[in-house]
Amino acid sequence: MKAADFAYEKPDNLNAALELLAREDCDMQVLAGGQSLMPMMNFRLAQPELLVDLNGVSELSFIEEQPETITIGAMTRYANLAASDVIKEHVPLFQMALPHIAHSAVRNRGTIGGSTALADPAAEMPALLLALEATITVVSVGGAREIPANDFFLGLYETALQDGEIIKSIAIKKAKPQNRFGFYELARRHGDYAMAGVAIASTSIDPVCDLRIALFSVSDKAHRLPHAELAFEGENLDDTEARDAAFQELDDFDFRGDLNADGDTKRHLARVVLTRALETMMP
Amino acid sequence: MTGPTHIFDQPNAYIGRSVERPDAQRLVQGRGQYVDDLQLPRMVHAAFVRSPYAHAKITDIDTRAAEQAPGIIAVFRGSDFEDYVTPYVGTLTHLQGLRSPPQMPLAVDAVRWQGEPVVMVVAQNRALAEDACALVEIEFEPLEAVCDAETALEPNTPIIHSAYDNNRAWERLVDAGDVDTEFNRGDVTVVDHVFYFARHTGVTLEARASVVEFNPSDNTLIYHYSGQAPHMMQAILSKILSLPEENIRIIARDVGGSFGIKIHLYGDDLATAVAARILNRPVKYVADRNESFVSDIHARDHRVKGRMAVTSDGKITALEIDDLTGIGPYSMYPRSSGIECNQVLNLTGAPYAIDNYRAKGTIVFQNKNMMCQYRAVGHPIAMAVADGLLESAAHEIGMDVVEIRRRNLFKDNSYPTSSAAGMKFDDLSHQQALEKLVEFMDYDSLRKDQEAARQRGVYRGIGLVSMVEVTNPSPMFYGIGGAPISAQDGATVRLDASGALHVSSSITEQGQGTNTIIAQVAAGVFGVNIDRVKVTTGDTATTPYGGGTWASRGAGIGGEAVLLAANALKEQVLDVAGTILQCARESLSIDNGVVIDAQTGAERISLGELGRLVYYRGNELPSDVSPELVATRHYRVTDFPFVFTNGAMAAHVEVDQDTGFVKILDFWAVEDCGRVINPKLVDEQIRGGVVQGIGGAFYEECVYSEDGQMLNASMADYLVPMAAEMPDIHIAHIETPTKTSVLGAKGAGEAGTGGAPAALLNAVNDALRPLNASIYQMPMTPQRILKALGAV
Ligand SMILES: Cc1cc2nc3c(=O)[nH]c(=O)nc-3n(C[C@H](O)[C@H](O)[C@H](O)COP(=O)(O)OP(=O)(O)OC[C@H]3O[C@@H](n4cnc5c(N)ncnc54)[C@H](O)[C@@H]3O)c2cc1C
Repeated sequence: MKAADFAYEKPDNLNAALELLAREDCDMQVLAGGQSLMPMMNFRLAQPELLVDLNGVSELSFIEEQPETITIGAMTRYANLAASDVIKEHVPLFQMALPHIAHSAVRNRGTIGGSTALADPAAEMPALLLALEATITVVSVGGAREIPANDFFLGLYETALQDGEIIKSIAIKKAKPQNRFGFYELARRHGDYAMAGVAIASTSIDPVCDLRIALFSVSDKAHRLPHAELAFEGENLDDTEARDAAFQELDDFDFRGDLNADGDTKRHLARVVLTRALETMMP
Repeated sequence: MTGPTHIFDQPNAYIGRSVERPDAQRLVQGRGQYVDDLQLPRMVHAAFVRSPYAHAKITDIDTRAAEQAPGIIAVFRGSDFEDYVTPYVGTLTHLQGLRSPPQMPLAVDAVRWQGEPVVMVVAQNRALAEDACALVEIEFEPLEAVCDAETALEPNTPIIHSAYDNNRAWERLVDAGDVDTEFNRGDVTVVDHVFYFARHTGVTLEARASVVEFNPSDNTLIYHYSGQAPHMMQAILSKILSLPEENIRIIARDVGGSFGIKIHLYGDDLATAVAARILNRPVKYVADRNESFVSDIHARDHRVKGRMAVTSDGKITALEIDDLTGIGPYSMYPRSSGIECNQVLNLTGAPYAIDNYRAKGTIVFQNKNMMCQYRAVGHPIAMAVADGLLESAAHEIGMDVVEIRRRNLFKDNSYPTSSAAGMKFDDLSHQQALEKLVEFMDYDSLRKDQEAARQRGVYRGIGLVSMVEVTNPSPMFYGIGGAPISAQDGATVRLDASGALHVSSSITEQGQGTNTIIAQVAAGVFGVNIDRVKVTTGDTATTPYGGGTWASRGAGIGGEAVLLAANALKEQVLDVAGTILQCARESLSIDNGVVIDAQTGAERISLGELGRLVYYRGNELPSDVSPELVATRHYRVTDFPFVFTNGAMAAHVEVDQDTGFVKILDFWAVEDCGRVINPKLVDEQIRGGVVQGIGGAFYEECVYSEDGQMLNASMADYLVPMAAEMPDIHIAHIETPTKTSVLGAKGAGEAGTGGAPAALLNAVNDALRPLNASIYQMPMTPQRILKALGAV
């Protein structure tokens, strides 16, 4: 299993990378942690003519604290996030989810930008960003744009990124003391992609205010549950009517099966993970 | 008397001690020598174009573009090999009626499974070979694929081989006693279940790999082999390639796991040898993971209908099974794909004294990858069916699952005896093993805990298995059926001038520690420090002739040959020592590298000194003395077709009824493999085996689409058991040495894999019982458990 032939460039700054990416004469991909791209290349599912390696662009690797937000550079690795006190303090949802993302070897290389750009329907990161209402900054030679997570993930491996653009950074609002978060996933083996999972964030829970529920590994992409979120507004987390409304939304939801779980199983497990995640958030 | 009474009690006897593996450090430091590590001058690399269809006619193959690609040495199609290869047929005469068409290394006119090699590309490196593979154009005319074994024999199902009238490969019936009468008796309870065992495969850390060198000047072929049976490979390559056997040398250096996967002849490996011969230069082929999944043999894939009748006091009066298995399009060469089904028929219910037993086995062809022998051949099926029915019956009649075993197991004082299927047993300890297990796992407390947990809405289950394992096979396994597979093994032990011992043996090392136990036996029996023993295995040019390591035979058969050879050498050395020391040889012994006075233990002459005298200063010896400091002995099992072992195992699990997830809380195994040569190695064999059993029970499955595409042919999608989910596996032993050898060792390599699935199935069903659910399908995935619970 060897990759098809490709050219390779390793720019050492962002501008040089963007200039390479502006080239229109060849089919190219950027390389971040390589934990998804390299297997795809070895399977020859991806055959870029030019590989632009971002691992030399140190300005993409940072965790920065501002008064209201935490900004994370695209090349920041899962392992850096897990080890960061800033993340621990201000993005507790990441803290909950990171141990479930693959294994340490993969977390040592895999990046937040790579996972976000890939938009794997089973990945945790898109759901975390949806629940946290993160803002994704993308750049190209033409300049930068800011895209809310809600508008970024469009479908199966499909995002709002355009040709020549890469993710530069991701901004997340700092957690406030009254905020609550929940995370639950069911994976057959530790570190596997989940059979179903959910990430939840709430401005407060007593009563519920501004609940954001994002399911992952159930469909074509990570999905918010707007009806359920609304049903809980102003109620308690153990409110049965709100829970029934959430289950109703799941009944109508377009679940897509995979090798481990067909659509019906996904629906059932979605109820379970939602219930269990909400339970962990109860006072 | 205080001196040694027996070879096993000598001061430096290593048998029974957890000696560290001398090769562990080398392997852990990455200094192993696997086939892919070989770099030979002028070596070229092979890649294969494999069939994307499960069943299709080949109407055209266009290799022109591939031949023009950069770095290409040659492109071969199946027909290019016709002058070099004698087609081979994977049948054995003792599996009467088993049929299979002749095979060739590459598909010629039709493809019969997705992944079958069709075109071989040889290039300067593997990447270039793969580039050129993409340029090969093959026109296929897709045919309807036969995938489901259950419909393979129906009249409207297409026939895979036009030479045959249907897709049946083999059928066998065992009928002992009077099953029908017993089932129809009014006073028995009958339970019946249909068991499904999915296909899975043995995922070796080192993939299959071949480097083949051909030297036209002396017509010799060297095959660097990652596998278990060098002499078998030598014989079959000789036959297929029409080369004299002695001109073929098989070398197996370090082997990164095999589990039965690498003991068969694969088309791509054979093609590598043919290409080397045509090209007159070394050719390397290393299967990648994707290729491994679609071409390494698969195993299991059985549907067994089973029923059992028990009296109200728990006595099994009759057992009946109907096993159906699909083996892919051919019976694998040279061991055939008939053995697993045959084992299921032979072994189901084998721990129990059952007079009335009927077993039907049907093997069908199908358009999926080939199936063959993988670790614990047939055992997990046989044990799960019998013990699954037994525990189900126990609950029907309201009897404890331990008690029902007590009432049916062969009694420890009943040997020699035979089972209804005709298996001959001796030196087994079922009763003792069960009682030890019950105590070891603290069965009564677990039952109390289970009850308490249920009150809290937590569903825990306890499941057991009593089992046998086929080990140390005699020629009745393969040789009798015409396969060039040796059931005897040899060992040569040589004393060098320095007093070191060199042992070469025909059994092989695949990572389980064979070489360590060879050294232990030789050092202990002969009387040197184990540091002074060097072991050679895996080379047909330098080792005695033998079968290799499979069917849990290495220690029992190969170990006995080492014991006999070491004993013989000891006698020879003492003869020389008697001459040198001018004393009766009977008054001497060897201990820790020194010839000693047997009575007083006083040092007489070191082996180094003796060796130097013999080798360098022979002039000091009387001229009519011709010392032989080398001895060779061979051993085979004669009185029994197999030497059975027995064991009892138990699993403790917790089922999450909301998710269908099962947590294995604990696992216990009590094993009687006869004399334990190295407790640590035996325990790790059992643990590793249990883990593979857990794989079969919960994780591993080759998932196929309806049209015969394997859907999870990667390590991302095919789930092997991983450390985080594994329970503690507690192990205890009973040692009932086999009387068939001095060493008394039986096999231990497959027990865990054979027994664990049954115990786990029973444990899960025990947990599900209060929820009125049951499952008889493996792997027991969360989705299947949820379906059994009616949750989805
Ligand atoms: C064994 C294993 C288990 C795994 N388990 C999980 C799991 O449980 N959950 C999970 O979420 N993931 C899992 N993964 C995937 C892993 O998290 C990947 O690392 C991640 O999805 C991609 O990140 P990366 O940095 O490796 O990206 P790469 O593989 O380098 O790139 C992925 C894609 O994103 C593009 N890309 C990368 N960076 C950027 C950027 N800054 N801007 C635009 N495009 C970019 C690349 O061009 C490529 O198309 C697993 C991977 C492995 C090997």
